[in-house]
Amino acid sequence: MSAASRIVKYEVSDVIRSRWLLGYTGFFLLATEGLLRFGGDPARALVDLTNVVLLVIPLVTIVFGTMYLYSAREFIELLLAQPVGRPQLFAGLYLGLTLPLSGGFVAGVGIPFAARPLNGANGGTLLALLAVGVALTFAFTGLAFVIALRCDDRVKGLGIAIAAWAVMAIVYDALVLVLATMFANYPLERPMLALMVANPIDLGRIVLLLRFDISALMGYTGAVFKQFFGTGSGMAVAAAALLGWIAVPALLGARTFRRKDF
Amino acid sequence: MQGTPRWRLALAGALALAAASAIAAAAQMPPRTMVVSSNGPLRTISAALAQARDGDSIRVAPGVYRESTIVVDKRVDIAGDGDAILDGEHRRQIMTVTVNDVSIRHLHFRNVGVSDLGDLAAVKVVNADRCTIADNTIENAVFGIYLARSAGCRIVRNAIRGQARDEVRSGNGIHLWQSRDALIANNHITGHRDGIYFEFVTGTAVLDNVSEDNLRYGLHFMYSDDCRYVANVFRHNVAGVAVMYTHRVVMIGNTFEQNWGSASYGLLFKEIDDSRVESNHFVNNTVGLMADDANRIVAVHNEFRDNGWALKLMANTDDGRFEANNFMGNTFDVSTNGAQTSTIFTANYWDHYRGYDLDRDGFGDVPYHPVRLFSLIVGRNPPAMVLMRSVFVAALDAAERAIPALTPETPVDERPAMRPIP
Amino acid sequence: MIEITGLSKRFGRQHVLCGLDVTIRRGRVTAIVGPNAAGKTTLIKMMLGLARPDAGTIRIGGRVVGEDPSYRADIGYMPQIARFPDNLSAAELIAMLSDLRTGGNAPNADLVERFDLGAHLTKPLHTLSGGTRQKVNAVLAFLFQPGLIVLDEPSAGLDPVASSVLKDRILEERGAGRTVVLASHLMTELDELADDIVFLNDGKVGYAGTTHALKLQTAQLSLERAIARMMLRGAA
Repeated sequence: MSAASRIVKYEVSDVIRSRWLLGYTGFFLLATEGLLRFGGDPARALVDLTNVVLLVIPLVTIVFGTMYLYSAREFIELLLAQPVGRPQLFAGLYLGLTLPLSGGFVAGVGIPFAARPLNGANGGTLLALLAVGVALTFAFTGLAFVIALRCDDRVKGLGIAIAAWAVMAIVYDALVLVLATMFANYPLERPMLALMVANPIDLGRIVLLLRFDISALMGYTGAVFKQFFGTGSGMAVAAAALLGWIAVPALLGARTFRRKDF
Repeated sequence: MQGTPRWRLALAGALALAAASAIAAAAQMPPRTMVVSSNGPLRTISAALAQARDGDSIRVAPGVYRESTIVVDKRVDIAGDGDAILDGEHRRQIMTVTVNDVSIRHLHFRNVGVSDLGDLAAVKVVNADRCTIADNTIENAVFGIYLARSAGCRIVRNAIRGQARDEVRSGNGIHLWQSRDALIANNHITGHRDGIYFEFVTGTAVLDNVSEDNLRYGLHFMYSDDCRYVANVFRHNVAGVAVMYTHRVVMIGNTFEQNWGSASYGLLFKEIDDSRVESNHFVNNTVGLMADDANRIVAVHNEFRDNGWALKLMANTDDGRFEANNFMGNTFDVSTNGAQTSTIFTANYWDHYRGYDLDRDGFGDVPYHPVRLFSLIVGRNPPAMVLMRSVFVAALDAAERAIPALTPETPVDERPAMRPIP
Repeated sequence: MIEITGLSKRFGRQHVLCGLDVTIRRGRVTAIVGPNAAGKTTLIKMMLGLARPDAGTIRIGGRVVGEDPSYRADIGYMPQIARFPDNLSAAELIAMLSDLRTGGNAPNADLVERFDLGAHLTKPLHTLSGGTRQKVNAVLAFLFQPGLIVLDEPSAGLDPVASSVLKDRILEERGAGRTVVLASHLMTELDELADDIVFLNDGKVGYAGTTHALKLQTAQLSLERAIARMMLRGAA
């Protein structure tokens, strides 16, 4: 077992016993069960869950991620004084948080669905939803780590984290809509798609749009949209870009961590 | 009735009928059955027809027959006996029927020619009534079955598979022009320009057909009043189904699905008045039902599921009634280009509805407005569609719902159902 | 044991260490002292690889401190503030560090007994008092019987009994030939423990030598007064 996986083991057993992870899992469990029980059919529950996932996961992950790193600061210093390399320690901390968070989300959403029969289309959508949720968990944990490592002031760091979330979850889309309205007379397909790829929450949303709204998306005449949404290429590009959104913050965080003076 | 047993009446009837046919047979020659085969005395159907008289039967043995266009000008029954292939060699029309009461059965037509001069078909019926075209296989035809100025024909259980690549050099699977009282049932049509095409057709029933993967429309008609379309499946046609300039259309229990594209409709009504649309399934279409200048539509018990737009109502569409339909999983339920509509919505189930039912009568206590602000935005600026389901757009829609400023007052469903209609 | 040459470090515009040259001898207890912000903590962190020098080198046991973490296998560290993962127990923490130090000395947890920690070993760490956590902190530093033990304000938060146990242990370690580096504000404690003093002032070495020689040089009987004299001299 590598040093990283040994650290993961203990970090995970710490995080999974924490009350807030229990709360996080419980939240998804209750939300999913409630939507399935009172919201009608599973297809509709999945639609509603999509909104919850796209809103809650980035916010909770970026806030918890920053706080987790700040509160672990002294312990990180103790671990750094052990014969362990920094990249291994970073990987241990990163996976030590992302794995329980992902697990809590998957269990919270998955268990109520597992207890019910599900047709193939809904099953596929559920898998896409879980995949997007996990990808967002990784991406926003990475962003949280970058913020917490670059900003030693905890209050300021938390502020930056929440602001980053607000921008990516809400403000960004508002600006895109404003731009789309201002430049309505120009060919906007490519810029719009590029803007979507540049924001991980939008990317996650696009992946789920491909499942829920393909009928509407195919109504647009543009050839670029047709190519993007009508063939597998949209899904491929979105999946690759999401992986990029996981890899870039994680690598940036690892680099910052490797060079940081504690 | 009481004194005479029923079987005696039947027996008397049968005897009378037998006597009548015996008299008729004596007046003319008895009907014969001729056999066409590649190695027999009659090697072509045309040769058999030359010797045939009205009332005869022609049986075609298995084999491939290549002969010039067969003109059926006698009242005969032509039927394949095994896989009898009539090959047009990409050069000609295969069969033309010019007299009444002909039946064409169990034949395998293939390779109809392309011509700039006329529409060539596997079977063309011209000015001939009461034909039966049944159980045939038609492959690689320009037009499959073509009826012109014919009445009372039956076109049943045919499999028509075209290989159309472009609209110009292709024709329709089943094509009726100036015909009436036909029955078109249980056919499977694929790979043509339009699956089923009517122009000036009346009183015709279209039942249980499957029309899919055609280059243009699964079903396309115009000026064809009083026809019924029941339990057909129109699937994955490039432009869906479009019907125009017609009165009193009845569509019951059909499925319109997987028609995707900017000019593709599950069902397009253009200038269709007084139609009845009942218990159909509109599933997975860019637009489920598009109503353009279609007045007095009555739509009940239909299912609109997983469409981009379940319903597009143009402003020139008036006095429709949508009752007890299910709207589920659609991106947008209704869009309209007008400020208001006289079409009435009532007692439909909308899965986007978030109202409550305090009096527990099964209907929501607050009305449902199915036109969303975002659908207006997308209408004006289609690329904005990529923002669908974002938090910002949800907030925009919620704000609009709270304080309506831009969305129209109508359409509105004053009594939205709380549960899907079974 | 530890040779520091030309060590410089700045944070922003502030020069924390300016060309430090000092040697810390094996088998002795060396105290690093100085006024606040003199660079004590920075020096300790650089020895442990927590911060890296802008210039200069640190050699520990002949090996240059750098990317390779393996030299730390022979170092025990007791940070000033003891904060551990909330939901792990002390026993798990010990197991974790043991896992991370495979191949080193076997863990020797005799301090657990001497601190009377047995009853607390399996409780989640966030339920322990600050003093108890500081004891756990001390246990971890001595756990693997390292050749070099680095202690940052070790008595902070310890009760007198625990503090004496810790001091006894430090002296035992020295007796066993191990090197101890100590940063503390408690001069009485240093008076008891320190063989050598490294006095830092403004990022430079103000004095490096034995405690005894420092007292002689400043003509003071107690270390506290000797250091105070050094500080006054430095300020003048």
